[in-house]
Amino acid sequence: MPEYIEKVKFDDEGYLENHEHWSEDLAKTMAEEEGIYDLTSRHLEVIYAIRGEFAEKGEAPTLRRLTKVHGFPTKELYQLFPGGPGKKAARIAGVKKPHGCI
Amino acid sequence: MDQSSKKIAIICSRGSLDGIYPALILANGARMEGMDAMLFFTFFGLEAITKDKMKNIQVATVGNPAMHIPTMLGGLPGMSKLATHMMMKEMDKLDIPHVDEFIEMLDDAGAEIYACKLAMDMFHLKQDDLDERVKGVLTVGEFYEKTDDAKVIFT
Repeated sequence: MPEYIEKVKFDDEGYLENHEHWSEDLAKTMAEEEGIYDLTSRHLEVIYAIRGEFAEKGEAPTLRRLTKVHGFPTKELYQLFPGGPGKKAARIAGVKKPHGCI
Repeated sequence: MDQSSKKIAIICSRGSLDGIYPALILANGARMEGMDAMLFFTFFGLEAITKDKMKNIQVATVGNPAMHIPTMLGGLPGMSKLATHMMMKEMDKLDIPHVDEFIEMLDDAGAEIYACKLAMDMFHLKQDDLDERVKGVLTVGEFYEKTDDAKVIFT
């Protein structure tokens, strides 16, 4: 097992326990688990926006915040992270499961 | 848990703020979980998708005991507007969009929005009167065809 996976711990739902143990390599592996085999720079832009806000507030942004504040159109978020963009993006970003309803 | 095989249909029949929002939030939440979501607006619920009404959805201050406003006061001019304004302020803080923007967001998220034919006829509405994101006007039969294996929620 590669070193970047070996040392990290996940919670029961597969979210990273410590967001500081995140790396782009890990994100790639987690993305593949979510069915995203080509993690593009655009994916990473969303991921870094989530990580930035999580570091600041301790909570992943809602999808609407990603659109309104960070400028990623709703449609694109659904295209980038099909089948549940809020949770998938947060998981790949290595932050805790989002609890927003919007 | 993977919810992607699930399908949900939500019927909205009321035109007040508290009648419409639960339907919008449930539909959007379903899409966020990867489920298919369909919204069916009927009766007064049509206000949520009618072009000249959707920006002016209000909370009812009369006949609404949970507002804790005496009926006589609730009926004063401007009360409903004031209560709506206050509620929207709280909703803004929680990132909840206004109805027109919510409908746009739902469409972008891939939720399907439909109107009830019978209610449209009753209110003399044409599809032109509805927001452009409404995918179609359905009869009851067509509604059942579309909701075939979906779970149906009536708000």
